[in-house]
Amino acid sequence: MPGKLKVKIVAGRHLPVMDRASDLTDAFVEVKFGNTTFKTDVYLKSLNPQWNSEWFKFEVDDEDLQDEPLQITVLDHDTYSANDAIGKVYIDIDPLLYSEAATVISGWFPIYDTIHGIRGEINVVVKVDLFNDLNRFRQSSCGVKFFCTTSIPKCYRAVIIHGFVEELVVNEDPEYQWIDRIRTPRASNEARQRLISLMSGELQRKIGLKVLEMRGNAVVGYLQCFDLEGESGLVVRAIGTACTLDKLSSPAAFLPACNSPSKDMKESPLVHPPSHGCRSTHNSPIHTATGSRLTQNFSVSVPTLIYTGMGSGSAGKEGGPFKALLRQQTQSALEQRGGSPHRFCRRREFPFFTLTAFPPGFLVHVGGVVSARSVKLLDRIHNPDEPETRDAWWAEIRQEIKSHAKALGCHAVVGYSESTSICEEVCILSACGTAAVLNPRFLQDGTMEGCLEQRLEENLPTGCGFCHIPYDELNMPFPAHLTYCYSCRKQKVPDVLFTTIDLPTDATVIGKGCLIQARLCRLKKKAQAEANATAISNLLPFMEYEMHTQLMNKLKLKGMNALFGLRIQITVGENMLMGLASATGVYLAALPTPGGIQIAGKTPNDGSYEQHISHMQKKINDTIAKNKELYEINPPEISEEIIGSPIPEPRQRSRLLRSQSESSDEVTELDLSHGKKDAFVLEIDDTDAMEDVHSLLTDVPPPSGFYSCNTEIMPGINNWTSEIQMFTSVRVIRLSSLNLTNQALNKNFNDLCENLLKSLYFKLRSMIPCCLCHVNFTVSLPEDELIQVTVTAVAITFDKNQALQTTKTHAEKSLQRASTDNEELLQFPLELCSDSLPSHPFPPAKEHLESASSNSGIPAAQRATSVDYSSFADRCSSWIELIKLKAQTIRRGSIKTTVTVEKASPMGEGNFRNRSAPPCANSTVGVVKMTPLSFIPGAKITKYLGIINMFFIRETTSLREEGGVSGFLHAFIAEVFAMVRAHVAALGGNAVVSYIMKQCVFMENPNKNQAQCLINVSGDAVVFVRESDLEVVPTQQPSANCQPSCTEGEVTT
Amino acid sequence: MTSELDIFVGNTTLIDEDVYRLWLDGYSVSDAVALRVRSGILEQTGATAAVLQSDTMDHYRTFHMLERLLHAPPKLLHQLIFQIPPSRQALLIERYYAFDEAFVREVLGKKLSKGTKKDLDDISTKTGITLKSCRRQFDNFKRVFKVVEEMRGSLVDNIQQHFLLSDRLARDYAAIVFFANNRFETGKKKLQYLSFGDFAFCAELMIQNWTLGAVGEAPTDPDSQVDDMDMDLDKEFLQDLKELKVLVADKDLLDLHKSLVCTALRGKLGVFSEMEANFKNLSRGLVNVAAKLTHNKDVRDLFVDLVEKFVEPCRSDHWPLNDVRLFLNQYSASVHSLDGFRHQGLWDRYMGTLRGCLLRLYHD
Repeated sequence: MPGKLKVKIVAGRHLPVMDRASDLTDAFVEVKFGNTTFKTDVYLKSLNPQWNSEWFKFEVDDEDLQDEPLQITVLDHDTYSANDAIGKVYIDIDPLLYSEAATVISGWFPIYDTIHGIRGEINVVVKVDLFNDLNRFRQSSCGVKFFCTTSIPKCYRAVIIHGFVEELVVNEDPEYQWIDRIRTPRASNEARQRLISLMSGELQRKIGLKVLEMRGNAVVGYLQCFDLEGESGLVVRAIGTACTLDKLSSPAAFLPACNSPSKDMKESPLVHPPSHGCRSTHNSPIHTATGSRLTQNFSVSVPTLIYTGMGSGSAGKEGGPFKALLRQQTQSALEQRGGSPHRFCRRREFPFFTLTAFPPGFLVHVGGVVSARSVKLLDRIHNPDEPETRDAWWAEIRQEIKSHAKALGCHAVVGYSESTSICEEVCILSACGTAAVLNPRFLQDGTMEGCLEQRLEENLPTGCGFCHIPYDELNMPFPAHLTYCYSCRKQKVPDVLFTTIDLPTDATVIGKGCLIQARLCRLKKKAQAEANATAISNLLPFMEYEMHTQLMNKLKLKGMNALFGLRIQITVGENMLMGLASATGVYLAALPTPGGIQIAGKTPNDGSYEQHISHMQKKINDTIAKNKELYEINPPEISEEIIGSPIPEPRQRSRLLRSQSESSDEVTELDLSHGKKDAFVLEIDDTDAMEDVHSLLTDVPPPSGFYSCNTEIMPGINNWTSEIQMFTSVRVIRLSSLNLTNQALNKNFNDLCENLLKSLYFKLRSMIPCCLCHVNFTVSLPEDELIQVTVTAVAITFDKNQALQTTKTHAEKSLQRASTDNEELLQFPLELCSDSLPSHPFPPAKEHLESASSNSGIPAAQRATSVDYSSFADRCSSWIELIKLKAQTIRRGSIKTTVTVEKASPMGEGNFRNRSAPPCANSTVGVVKMTPLSFIPGAKITKYLGIINMFFIRETTSLREEGGVSGFLHAFIAEVFAMVRAHVAALGGNAVVSYIMKQCVFMENPNKNQAQCLINVSGDAVVFVRESDLEVVPTQQPSANCQPSCTEGEVTT
Repeated sequence: MTSELDIFVGNTTLIDEDVYRLWLDGYSVSDAVALRVRSGILEQTGATAAVLQSDTMDHYRTFHMLERLLHAPPKLLHQLIFQIPPSRQALLIERYYAFDEAFVREVLGKKLSKGTKKDLDDISTKTGITLKSCRRQFDNFKRVFKVVEEMRGSLVDNIQQHFLLSDRLARDYAAIVFFANNRFETGKKKLQYLSFGDFAFCAELMIQNWTLGAVGEAPTDPDSQVDDMDMDLDKEFLQDLKELKVLVADKDLLDLHKSLVCTALRGKLGVFSEMEANFKNLSRGLVNVAAKLTHNKDVRDLFVDLVEKFVEPCRSDHWPLNDVRLFLNQYSASVHSLDGFRHQGLWDRYMGTLRGCLLRLYHD
C-alpha cells in the first residue's frame, strides 16, 4: 500500500440558493478518489456551511495517485427528489507526490459547474502519506518533477540534459459516445473533464517512467496538448526534455553547471578516452527514408522549407575546424545514449529539446529553423491501448525534422514544439524547431573529456558563437549569403538568422527588438476526404514560402537581421487555410547589416508608373530609417566599407523577393564587404504584389512607450519593475461570405490582428513605459466564416531612465566585446597550429582581400602547416588598431567588471527599484501573479510547487442572458484564471510562471441560444520573494547568466 | 467583417476610472464612446474610434459582472473571480455608492418603496441625471436601508461594516436611511434652499441625541426590541417634550426667560430690538415644535416647521448668523436660571440638537 490520501472538508461559502422557498441551501459534500466515495453530513439551511469533517482516508497505489484526480462534489440535499449538484472541484494530487514541492493542499477552491460556472467556494485540506517503494518494476513515476518552463528552472542546476521524451494516449471522446444522446450536457461535460484529467495523469506518469529509465529526475519544457479529433477520438500527447536537476540550496550556490565542467566529469564513473573526436560522422543510427507512408491511412507529407537566411550564395572553406569536431562530439554523445548498454535505456531516436533557453555554453551553433508538416485523414481509433497510428504519424514527422537538422549540419533540434490543426476529418500535424549544435558536456556525464573540451570553451567567443554556421560552406543546404562574423571576425555567419528559441543571454544585440508577424490566408475549395487533404497539402508549401517572404520583408523593413521565438501556425478550416507566423526581430551585432528593399516596376517606360514606384521606394526607405531610429539600431561602424545608402543598385530582378543564389565563386571570399549586401528586389507586376507592398507599410509600430516581443524578454530592456499584467484577449470576426477573395481575406485577417494589437496598446496605456512580452497569438477557424484569434501575453512596466542608460552601456559593451574578441585572435591561431588541425586564415578587412584570395587557392591541409603566424598576427593587430580607433573611450581593464554587472539577469536588475506593492490589508484573498514568462521581474522564485494543468468545459443554454458570446467567454476566462489562482494559493504559492493557454475552443449556436467553450491551461506554481524583501541581495548578483562573460574575461586577461 | 466576439481579460482586472464614471452615470456604450472621443483621448493616444468602442464595451462588461458583487461589497473582497488590488476595490465600492446631490435631494425623506421608483422618471427629467444612474442610486439607498433596518447598534458602524464605505459616505447613508425611516419632509418649496449636507448634519445630531441608541438604553430583553436604536426617534423622549410647553404657556416663565435673554444680550446683538420684539414668537415656535413631535405627521414636518417658525422670521429681519448663534446660546442657557422649570435635562437634550440644526439651516 504505497500511499494514503487524506482529505478534510472544512467549510463552504457564497453557495448559491438551492431552495427557493427558504432562500437557503442544505449542502453536503461527496469526496471521491478512484472508486471510493465518502460523504460529509448535510449542513442544513446555510449558504456558508461549516462541515469540519473528519479526515477521509483513501488507501491507494501511487500509480492511481498519479493518474486520478481527487473529485469533490458539492450537493444540495433533497428529501423527496434526487439531490441537486451545486458543482465540483477537481484537485490534482501530483504536486504532493514529490518531496520538494508542496506538502499540503489547503485553501478555498471555487466550486465549478459546467453549466453555471463558479458557484461559491469550498475549503479543503488534502495530504498524502507516501510509503517508500523500492520496487524497480513499478508502474508509477512519483518523484519526477515536471516543469512547463522551457529553461532550467531558476532554483535548479542542470547536471545532465538527457533529451526528448514523448508520449501519447488516446481514448474515445465521451461527447461522441452513444450514451451522450441520453445524458444531460452537464453529465457529458463532466465525463469529458474527468477523462481528460485522467488521461493527463496517465500521460504524465508514463513520461515520468521514461525519464526514470533515462536516469533523469525531471521534465523541463513539458508541453501537453489535446487533439479533439471528434468522432475519431481524443488524443492527449505530451513532449518534454528529460533532465537531471540539482536543487540549489542557497542563493550563494547559484553557480551554473558550466563553471565547473571538470568537476562534473570527475564525479562520473564513466570515463571515455578522448578519441571520440576522431570518430566519423557516418554512424548515424537513423537512415529511415522519410517517404514511408502508412497504408491504412491516407496521408500526405508536405515538402518542408528550411528557414534560414536566403540570399546570394557564397562558397568557401569553413572557418573553424572545431565545428566538425563539435558535431561529431555532439552526435556521438547523442548516439551513445541511444546505444548505451543500460537495460532501461531506450534508443535515443530524436535529439530534440523543448527548451528555448539554455545554460551558458550549452548552445554552440544555431543552424536555422526546421519544420515539417503532414496532412492526415483521421479515422476512428479502434484500440485505445495501442495508439500506434498516432505514434507513427509523429515519428514520421520527427524523422523529417531530424533529417532537416542534419542537412543543416546540426545534430540536435532545440526550441522544439509540435502542434496540430483539425477540421472535420483532416488533420495537419506540424513540428518545428531550431537546428543546433550543442555542447555535449550537458548531454551526458563524463563522455567528453580533456583538452579539446577545455579549448572549445575558451576559444568560442560566447557573444556570437551561436550565430556561426554549423554547416559546411561547400555543401550548403540552401543558398545563403555568408560573411565573417561581425563580432569575432573569425567564423562565418549567415546574413539572416531565424530561430525558435529565446535570445541567448550572452548574445550581443544592438538596439531593441520588436514583434514581427506574417499573416496569410488562402481560400480552398470545400472537399471531402482525400481530395481535401491533397488540396491542403498542395497549398501548404506556398503558404510557408509566402510567410517566410513576409517575415523576411518585415525584418528588413525594421532594419534587423535575426528572428527569435519564431512560431508558425497553420490552421485549417472548411474553406480556407490561415497562416500566422510570429517572432521577435532583433539586430544581432554578429550578423551583417541587412540590406534594404528594392522595388521594381514591370513597365519601366511608363513615366507616371515610374514615379509611383519611386514614391513607394522612398516610403520604404523612410520607413526603414524611421524604424532604425525607433528601435535604436545604430550598429558601431566597425569597418569603413559600410556604404552610405541602405539601398544599393538592384542587381537583378526576381519576382518574389528572393534574389537568385549566385553560383559563381566571384563573391566568395571577397564578399566580406557588407556593401554588396543583397538588396531584396520587389517587383510589382500585379495587384497582388502591390497589396504586399502596401501591407508592408500598413503595419503600424506600437505607440511610443510601448514595445512588444514574443520572446521571454525584450532585448535592450532589462530594468523591469515589478508591475506585471498578464491577459488573454479573444476576438472572433465573421467574414461576409460574398465574393471572398484571397486579398480581401488577407486584409480582414491583417486588420483583425493589427486592431487587436492596437486595442492592447490602448488598454494597457497606463503601464507606459511598458513591453508586451511573450505575445502569443493563436488562430482558429471555428466555423465557415468565423476567424478566432486568441492572444495571451504579459505587459511589464520598465523604468525609462534606466533603460536609456543600459542601452548606452550596451552599445559600449558591444564595442568592448569587439575589441576583446579581436585580441583573442592572437591566441587562436597558435592553438590551431599546435593541434595541427586545418586552419583557415580569413581576411578581416578589405586591404587584405588580395592575400586572402590568394590563400584560398592553397589546399587546406597544406595551408594548415604553412600558416605564417607572424603575418597573421600582424594583420590581426592592425585590425585591433582599427577598432581601438573607433572605440577610444573604452578601457580594457574594466571589461570584466562591466560585463558582470550588465549581464545580470533581469531579475537582478530589479534590485534597483524596490517598488513593492502595498500589502493587501483587508482582503482575505492573497494575490496570485500569473505570467507566461519563466520569471517574475524584481522577484526571486524560491520554490517550485508543481505543475498546474487544468481543463475546463463551460456550456450555456442561455447565451443572451449571460451577455451574449462576449459576456459568456469573458466570464469563463475570468473563472479559469480564478481557478488557477485558487489552486496555486492552495499549494502555498503566490504565482504561476510559464503560464500558457493551450487551447480555447469556442463554439456557438446563437439560434439555439447556446454556446460551449473548452479551455486548457498550464503553468508552474511557484513561491516567489520580492527582491526588496530579501536581505542577502548581493549574494545573488552573480547569476548564471553572467558566467560566460566572466570566462571570456578571464581568457582575455 | 464584423466583430462577433471581442474580449480582454486581465489577471488583474483592469479598471478605467473614467469609463467607470461614465458607466455609473448611466451612459450607454455609444454615448460613453462619444463622450470619450470628445475628451480628446483619441488625439492623446492615437487610438481609433473602433478601439475606443471595443475598450468601452469591455469595461462595461466587466462592470456589469462586478455589479452583482458591488451589491454586497464584502463579497467583492472575498470573491476569487476578479483579482483587484484593495485600493481599487475601495474605489469601486466608494464610487458605486456615491450619489448625486440633485438626486438625493429629490428622494430624501421619501419612502424607499416601489411606488417612488415610478417617480424616478420624473426625477431623471428634472435633474438631468440619466434614469439608469437614478435607478442605481435609488437602489443603493434602498439596499442599504433594507440591510441596516433590522440591525442593532450604531447606524454608521453597521453601514460601514456591511458596505465597506468610507466614514464620510457611511455618515451620509446613515442620514439618508434616518430620513427615509422618519420620512422627514424635505421637498417643500421653502426647504429648497437647503442642501443635502444641511440635512445630513441635522440627521447626525438627531441620531446622536434623539434616538434610543443615543441614551444607551438598550432594552434588557433583546426580543422585545421594537424600535431600532439609531433609526427611530426615542418615543419616550418625544412624549416628554410636551412638558416643555410650560415655557411658553406659563406667561411668567416666558417673560422671565425673555428678560434673562435680553439682559444678557443687550449691546451684543446687532438686531437686538428685532430680537426683543420677536422673542415670544420665536420661543413659542421652538417650543411648539417640540410639543408637537408626538405626532408622526408633525415629526415629518419638523424641518418645515423649523424654517417657518424660526429661520424665516429671523431671515426677514436680516439677522446675521453670529447674532443667531448668540441668541440661541443664550436662549438655551437662560432656561437653567428659570427656577420654576423642572425639565432641564429634557430641555438640553432637545435644545442642544435643535440649536445645532438651526444654525446649520440658517443661511440663504
